[in-house]
Amino acid sequence: MRSWCKKIFLAVFLLLPCGLTCAAQSALTADADRIAKLEKAVQDAQTAGDNGWMLVSAALVLLMTGPGLALFYSGLVRKKNVLGTMMQSFAMMAIITMLWATVTYSLAFSTGNAFIGGLQNMFLRGVGLTPDPNYAATIPLQTYMIYQLMFAIITPALITGAFAERMKFSSMAVFLTLWSIFIYSPMAHMVWGVGGLLNAAGGRFPCLDFAGGTVVHVTSGVSALVTAIYLGKRIGYPKIQTPPHSVVLSFIGACLLWVGWFGFNAGSALGAGPLATSAFVNTHFAAAAAALSWSIVEKIRNGKSSALGAISGAVAGLVAITPASGFVQPMSAIFIGLAVGVVCFFMVVKVKSFFGYDDSLDAFGVHGVGGTLGAILTGFFATSAINPIFKDAKGNTLASGAVDGNWAQIGNQAIGVAIAWGISIVGTLVLLFLVDKLMGLRVSPEDEQEGLDLSQHGEEGYDYGE
Amino acid sequence: MQKIEAIIQPSKLDAVKDALLEVGIEGMTILEARGHGRQKGHTEFYRGREYTVDLLPKIKLELVLPDDMVEKAIQVIASSARTGKIGDGKIFLSKVEDAIRIRNDERGETVL
Repeated sequence: MRSWCKKIFLAVFLLLPCGLTCAAQSALTADADRIAKLEKAVQDAQTAGDNGWMLVSAALVLLMTGPGLALFYSGLVRKKNVLGTMMQSFAMMAIITMLWATVTYSLAFSTGNAFIGGLQNMFLRGVGLTPDPNYAATIPLQTYMIYQLMFAIITPALITGAFAERMKFSSMAVFLTLWSIFIYSPMAHMVWGVGGLLNAAGGRFPCLDFAGGTVVHVTSGVSALVTAIYLGKRIGYPKIQTPPHSVVLSFIGACLLWVGWFGFNAGSALGAGPLATSAFVNTHFAAAAAALSWSIVEKIRNGKSSALGAISGAVAGLVAITPASGFVQPMSAIFIGLAVGVVCFFMVVKVKSFFGYDDSLDAFGVHGVGGTLGAILTGFFATSAINPIFKDAKGNTLASGAVDGNWAQIGNQAIGVAIAWGISIVGTLVLLFLVDKLMGLRVSPEDEQEGLDLSQHGEEGYDYGE
Repeated sequence: MQKIEAIIQPSKLDAVKDALLEVGIEGMTILEARGHGRQKGHTEFYRGREYTVDLLPKIKLELVLPDDMVEKAIQVIASSARTGKIGDGKIFLSKVEDAIRIRNDERGETVL
């Protein structure tokens, strides 16, 4: 009896480990399955969160062009040009979208050389719903594509402020089409594209541009100045009276710009994480600070703070914080806002009248100058505490801007700005010359007197009828 | 029969209208006008550019009254439209030859 027990005990004892191993093995595969499922679920959850914010951001950036910019600009012109001015912004929403779908997305973001992308993503070939870790690892590449499109739309639309009230609609459409292909696409590729010359992650001159200070505002602002000078002044400027026909429209437009800018800057985090919060807060602080500083300077110089001054200041602040928004501390954002409000005030009030060019709606004074100042100040205030963008080969975080001790970054920023100025001046001049020879740029003097609404579009903005 | 044309500040329209009603004058025509006398305009600043706005919004009141009511109406309008500052406006008087009621071809002072 005892020996039986012993034998059974021995058998159990010998077989147990085998059985345990088998059990453990099947448990292990079950665990691995469960972990894989969990990882997938976590990834899906992050994609859902990030993608949700990015789609909203894309919509917010479109809101900046129409109605934001369209209202802001059209309120500043005379009432015979209100629809013509709105249409210039709106036309970009249609034209640039077609370009982006066919060729310009590829030129900006597909792999190419240091200056421009290739043609392999033409007609959005390969731009599907799986993420591309080169750009944004957690959202569908198509979300990234549509988000970037909204930037491509607003950039040429900003230029229209410089040639307001005097350019032919057809010539404007052709000029800005070419501009988007030959100036915006290479500039976007250099700063944001894989392998771009100015790309912060691995470019020859790593330039910090979180949401488009150089790509959007410096290029559009400087091109605006060139266009304003090339086209010449409006008939009778500056002798004739060209006061804004409705600061109310501009006011609504500027407030929509402010709100839309949260998508522009906080969306540039390309996800819904803490970096988006940082950019959101900075954006808001800079806009508020610049509205305040412009208003205070205006009060001191003119005796009154105007509504137009306050909204112009806010827009200048939003422009200047754009390159810095995901790199700096909130107090730095306030400083940038305060500074740009004062600088842009003097640009549009003093410098413009000193040189006498007719940048009708101050696209250069606000976007060109504000963007340049913001890009340089980004090199000063960028800190790895907010965004550890620079890393050495081992993955250790390096200093970002001058506040971290990396003074050389101001030089890199200056190179980025200089390239943006260079490509904008030369490129815009060449394109304007071509379009001028091809079809003429300005409307006839009679059409200009009559207004763009009737002469270019055959309708009137304010026909109250009976 | 006389016609009173009074050019007044837009902000004084209600006061003048009420005052005229109080003394029994009910018919009047009102026009939104722009103009200036000695007041000239004012200046506006838009992004540092100075614009002079020399034609200011005004209200023009027109009433045609029997001769015996004219003096009363003038007093009422002047006193209720006055702020004492430059730009208060002016009142002009002129003779009216005849008046015709369109509804029934009635003529003369009874029309008023």
